[in-house]
Amino acid sequence: MPADVANAPLLSLEKCRQLFGAIQQAARSFGVRDVEALFAAHRGALTRFANNTIHQNVSEQDQWISVRVLFDQKTARATTNRFDADSIRSVVEQAVALTRAASPDPELLPLAHPFPIPEIPRFDSATAGESPMDRARSVAQAIRVVEQAGQTAAGFYSNGQSVEAIFNSVGVSALHSETMAQCSITAMAEDSSGWVKASAVTSSAIDTVEMARSASEKARLSRDPRKVDPGRYTVVLEPAAVLDLVGQMFGDFSATALDDQRSFLTDRLGKKLFGDNIHISDDVAHPLQAGVPFDGEGVRRRKLKLVDAGVPLEVAYSRASARKAGVEPTGHGFPVPNEIGEAPLNIVISGGSTPVEQMIASTERGILVTRFWYIREVDPFAKIMTGMTRDGTFLIEDGRVTHGLRNFRFNQGLIEMLNNVESLSPSVRASGEEAFDMVVPAMKVRDFHFTEVTQF
Amino acid sequence: MKQLALEALDSAMRTGVTYADVRLVESRERDLSTKNGKPGQVSSSESAGLGIRVLAQGCWGFAATDDLSRAGVESAAALAVEIARSSALAKKRDVVLAPEEKYEAAWISPCRMDPFSVSVEEQLTLLLRIDAELRRTSGVTLAQTSMTFHRERQIFASSLGSVIDQTRTTSGAGFEAHSFRGDEIQKRSYPNSFGGQHQLKGYELIQELALLDHAARVAEEAVALHSAMQCPEGRFDLIVDGSQLALQVHESIGHPIELDRVLGSEANYAGMSFLTLDKLNTLRYASEIVNAVCDARPQHGPGLGTFLFDDEGVPAQCADIIRNGQFVGYMTSRETAAAVGQTRSNGTMRATGWSRQPLIRMTNVSLQPGAQTLDEVLGGAGNAIYMETNRSWSIDDKRYNFQFGCEIAWEIRGGKRGRMLKNPTYSGITTEFWNSCAAIANRDHWVLWGVPNCGKGQPEQVIGTGHGASPARFHDVKIGAAYAG
Repeated sequence: MPADVANAPLLSLEKCRQLFGAIQQAARSFGVRDVEALFAAHRGALTRFANNTIHQNVSEQDQWISVRVLFDQKTARATTNRFDADSIRSVVEQAVALTRAASPDPELLPLAHPFPIPEIPRFDSATAGESPMDRARSVAQAIRVVEQAGQTAAGFYSNGQSVEAIFNSVGVSALHSETMAQCSITAMAEDSSGWVKASAVTSSAIDTVEMARSASEKARLSRDPRKVDPGRYTVVLEPAAVLDLVGQMFGDFSATALDDQRSFLTDRLGKKLFGDNIHISDDVAHPLQAGVPFDGEGVRRRKLKLVDAGVPLEVAYSRASARKAGVEPTGHGFPVPNEIGEAPLNIVISGGSTPVEQMIASTERGILVTRFWYIREVDPFAKIMTGMTRDGTFLIEDGRVTHGLRNFRFNQGLIEMLNNVESLSPSVRASGEEAFDMVVPAMKVRDFHFTEVTQF
Repeated sequence: MKQLALEALDSAMRTGVTYADVRLVESRERDLSTKNGKPGQVSSSESAGLGIRVLAQGCWGFAATDDLSRAGVESAAALAVEIARSSALAKKRDVVLAPEEKYEAAWISPCRMDPFSVSVEEQLTLLLRIDAELRRTSGVTLAQTSMTFHRERQIFASSLGSVIDQTRTTSGAGFEAHSFRGDEIQKRSYPNSFGGQHQLKGYELIQELALLDHAARVAEEAVALHSAMQCPEGRFDLIVDGSQLALQVHESIGHPIELDRVLGSEANYAGMSFLTLDKLNTLRYASEIVNAVCDARPQHGPGLGTFLFDDEGVPAQCADIIRNGQFVGYMTSRETAAAVGQTRSNGTMRATGWSRQPLIRMTNVSLQPGAQTLDEVLGGAGNAIYMETNRSWSIDDKRYNFQFGCEIAWEIRGGKRGRMLKNPTYSGITTEFWNSCAAIANRDHWVLWGVPNCGKGQPEQVIGTGHGASPARFHDVKIGAAYAG
């Protein structure tokens, strides 16, 4: 594919406007006036490696139109990835047929009216246009670093672009395009491993060689892991570990979850719940964040102060939950109809001034955690989470990392944990595998509860 | 469709690759749900596209596109080849595929009642009746119901000359009752948590589940859990129901036997496996009564992993995994089979839709039924704890240390259910756990459960897997650690 095609945005506002015109025309032919359409397109490629060789190397391109119609206090949605005239008419026909069959909802809101949506430039042509050979070179450099250390590398490097847009028949029209590059590297030694992952809107922000060095050094330092008994320990959690663990609670910062009484914040909003040093916001415009500045109904995402000095203050509102509560929507709603409502997706946990090295230096005996794995909720109201450490778990003794450790299983309540944070590092954009990317600090936490130790 | 697939294959082969296959897929889905008496999801979706996989210079390349025009298909084929050639920059050795036959076949999975022909009104009416029944019980604070139907037609064509046309229809349904009181949220689900039961069937599955008949009991149990005793901590004999055991099989047998994990392909993401190659035919995986198979054949049952051919054109097979407690087999592909001395793949390569390349995935990894009646499973333990319906699951990246939580438990005394217990959890080491298996209920209690949300690969692929299981008893299991101190 020529570079000027590969790195051009996949959908324009004008193209979406044309498509929406055809959708409206089809809807009118079925006697339907109120119609909303979501448009999306994605082109991405991922070069994957293991055993110091590229073993999977893929590319994909897709797009879709999702049409929702409203009449008689009923609504439903139909989606297709075909953009030809017949398919557009067919998807509208399906949405109308589903809506006729749906049950009325007395609380169903009419379509959203237009909100001014600020543009957040997150499209980088160079990132969109990286070729298979560009990716292969980045991967080959990373493999070389790990291999030269006598270790085995696995991971991936990806680049891609996406477009999301929303139009409705009362005037909403918004489009956001974005690029994304990601890289993750695991370096494996005989009985140990190290891991690192990063993502950014621009691929120039990702240094695969430096990442490979970091993963390799962790694998070297964690060799010959010792078994330490489970129990309560002071832990230093690197940003990816904080992200994946604390990230499990943000679905509960939702007005619909509160209304359903399935949120651990039920009866706890406005009350002191975490330590004074915990401040969390949701901010799509943060310079280290990525994502779309409007929600599933076209409402502008506004910044939320989720936790201030340990007090949960604000939650996300869709239009429906906002109407029920008598407040303004915050622009965090999922496409309608749905049963989840809304959630904050652009988390920023305020950092402190203590670098990880200083956290380690101030720890008499503790455990340094690179990342967690397979985190699941054990108790929905106490917010007890379980999971494992992985790819770089270290013993800290007398202010120094002294040895690699066998991995632990933890069972830890998040409320308790966020009351035990002793210090925070400056916040960074972090990537993990168990929660979406966030801006988070490293944390030093006392009395973290490891309940079992595994055999590697 | 067939002609387009063959044209795509020609496009790839014209570039001089050593092997190519094409999967052209059309899919259709319907999702319905309710919450507290109101409609939730009422949606349908359709998708069509094509994925081309090639071997060039000894390396894989894969490109997928929704552009099914001649130009779009040729562009995708050219991109797949360009990607494969770029892979040679970091190559250790050429990919070599185990031999396979050429097949021409067409298959449509059994579907007695087309779920897309049953009206949405009828389906929503049933869900709303269940929803209402759940909320009749005082103390139920959240009632949720759902149904999902999926149909996928795939034309597979390969440079071996195979052309395979398969259409699979799956259905799923379930409901949940939540109860919030004081400082506790409790939940009960039927017939399983996380969306219920899912099988390779039509709407007849929904009728067989008799959802409405179970709504009142499930709602009452959700509320009663608040008054139940906390599940004790300690070591006890444990009996788990079939749905929970199906997930235990998935996590602690199904994943570790994926040969690509063993060989390191998933080291950065899903992880590796404790089942290193030296364990084959030497490891006592489980007690002698435990037998497990990986079986994609239709005669195994209507599982989410049932098909006639896998996604690289290999016929469905039944492979022994654990025979009388001994570890005897992995799941393999054409690329990996030779690593364990197989001359042929055992047919477990599967892809999510048209846009992803096939990986080794569980088909139906099932625990074979045992010899005991359910009363014998319950009664043989003396005192024990019986747990039902998964609430949480976690296992390490080598599939060794696990912890599961269930929605509900009961004390078992003298083979009879005693007091209800809340917040039950159990944990252990995979081989220790399976070696403690003391009784497995017979085929009368064996159900082929569906796990619709198994994740693996980068980019991630979520796929459905099948797991036959019946209730079973395990000796001296660690219970309650998740809530201890």
